[in-house]
Amino acid sequence: MSKYILKRLLMLIPTLIGAAIFVFFLLRLVPGDVCELRLAGTGLYADPAEIALCQKNLGLDQPLIVQFFDFLWGYVVFDLGDSMWTGFPVVHEIGLRFELSLQVAIMATAVAVIIAIPLGVISAVKQDTWIDYVVRTFSIAGIAMPSFWLGILIILGLLISTQHFLGEPWMPPIDYVPIWEDPMRNLSQLIWPAVATGYRYSAVATRMTRSALLEVLREDYVRTARAKGLIEKIIINRHALKNSLLPVVTIIAIEFAFLMGGLVVTEQVFNLNGLGKLFVESVGAQDFNMTQQLVMLVVVIFVFTNLFVDVLYAWLDPRIRYS
Amino acid sequence: MTPPSETAAAEIEVEADFEELAEKKPWYIRTIEMARQQPLAASGFVIIIIMLLMAIFADLLTVFPAEDNDLEYMLAEPGTIHSDLELTFLLGADQFGRDLLTRIVYGARTALFVGFTCAIIGSTLGLILGVASAYFGGWFDLVVQRVVDVVMAFPLIILALAVVATLGPGTQNVIIAITIPFIPQCARVVRSNALAIREIPYVDAARALGFSNARIIMRHMVPNVMAPYLIMLTSFLGQAILLEASLSYLGMGVQEPTPAWGLMLQGGAEEFAESAPWVAIWPGVAISLAVFAFNLFGDGVRDTLDPKLRSR
Repeated sequence: MSKYILKRLLMLIPTLIGAAIFVFFLLRLVPGDVCELRLAGTGLYADPAEIALCQKNLGLDQPLIVQFFDFLWGYVVFDLGDSMWTGFPVVHEIGLRFELSLQVAIMATAVAVIIAIPLGVISAVKQDTWIDYVVRTFSIAGIAMPSFWLGILIILGLLISTQHFLGEPWMPPIDYVPIWEDPMRNLSQLIWPAVATGYRYSAVATRMTRSALLEVLREDYVRTARAKGLIEKIIINRHALKNSLLPVVTIIAIEFAFLMGGLVVTEQVFNLNGLGKLFVESVGAQDFNMTQQLVMLVVVIFVFTNLFVDVLYAWLDPRIRYS
Repeated sequence: MTPPSETAAAEIEVEADFEELAEKKPWYIRTIEMARQQPLAASGFVIIIIMLLMAIFADLLTVFPAEDNDLEYMLAEPGTIHSDLELTFLLGADQFGRDLLTRIVYGARTALFVGFTCAIIGSTLGLILGVASAYFGGWFDLVVQRVVDVVMAFPLIILALAVVATLGPGTQNVIIAITIPFIPQCARVVRSNALAIREIPYVDAARALGFSNARIIMRHMVPNVMAPYLIMLTSFLGQAILLEASLSYLGMGVQEPTPAWGLMLQGGAEEFAESAPWVAIWPGVAISLAVFAFNLFGDGVRDTLDPKLRSR
């Protein structure tokens, strides 16, 4: 097992270097950079000398290959550089927002699990009845609804319902407070984006739970359990569900990794100052360094989660042996 | 995969019989039968057809200009009558006084155009790449698969945003940004199917007959991986529409004044949510309905083409 993990870790290196090359050169394919945008972006006349100075300060006047190795070297010496837009260290900018994104991702995952597993089980047990159809429609709708629209609807619903019941409209707070400082305020802000993304994400997990459970319910050992007269409830809870949760765990872990970077749109709707918003802002400002570091962060989380999932899989299911 | 056994050959014969039987029935009976077997997919298909018609005949279906501002009717309520044109804003007007219904109908054009273009180009390039990768094997396969690994290490929206960051916003660039992540996804699935096909003796036979690589790939292998190809293609349709809407919502996609559903939500749907909820509601309904329909249809296609997944 440890040999397998080591092999996989070694295989990650070319992938990560490939990703670094890809994002680095992608961002620089087209002329224009943060300096031109900052100094001339508003349409005002910008002194070419000033732009050149700015480029020199940021190292943008160096040949691309030198810039690229600088970028890679940063990983060796654990220095991710500064944001080209704000001038603060990338680590500082990410650090400010990481907590918020992580919390939303965890809460959204919790929401998804709470919705997905019971619904998936009901849907499988009542296969092809109206309950099944309702659950399936509910989950397909979850995949179809853009989470930003769901977010808008939630805000709208909150405004209208608080107006109606409390007499004055209430909006979730905009500024973030850590959960240990003011849990109520923190939750009242973050529960809504968590629900908006969690519902969408539960849809995938519901479908997975349903299909995995259906598959397991057709196994011989379930037939044996039924034949010996076991109550259906015990068969499902004790025998079938456990074995069917494997692919569900996988999908939940993968989606979690995706959430860390994929909150881009939701954060925009709820005006949360998280990693996703930072990403959109740095893309807009052509802040090459910030953008590529954020992309690499997401890629690292993504590939390590995939590895983690594969290992988890083998650990949960002793039948799987990697060589 | 093992070479086809006798039972498999018999199955193929039986299937052929069924096809013959099926061909004797007129097409509308077969359509109804299929719709009864796959009611959800059929309803998805109907919605898609309606949207396609909306997109094609948008000019005939709408009466308001889609892109002209009319600030006098800013955020007009549904049912307001335009005094000069003597027309009713059925779903209300947006913050620029443009009729919402008109923009939704035209938005179908943008959404479907982007959806179909991205799905077809992305999956077709993926198909070619996947089959070639499996057929040639060796270092070519290795290189292609590593590149696929790299591209697939990016979450979809992050990659699309990074591409838009390079190319700049706009419909054409959005199409490129959405298509690029699709290619490796399709290539990977097609490759695993094509690997099995390559081992079947007829490919060796074709090679022994001296057929060119291109001919073997296009005539002998590609037709046999049509099932995964079509499954990927249909699943991309909904994803592409959703992604386009997300990018446009972020202001990184289709640009004003082109009507696009995601863009309509960006324009200030949140700011006006309370006073003019129709601006926030209808474009979202359109996006959801379109993606919903394509997903239902895609599920149906998958169930039909991949019997192993049936009843999932």
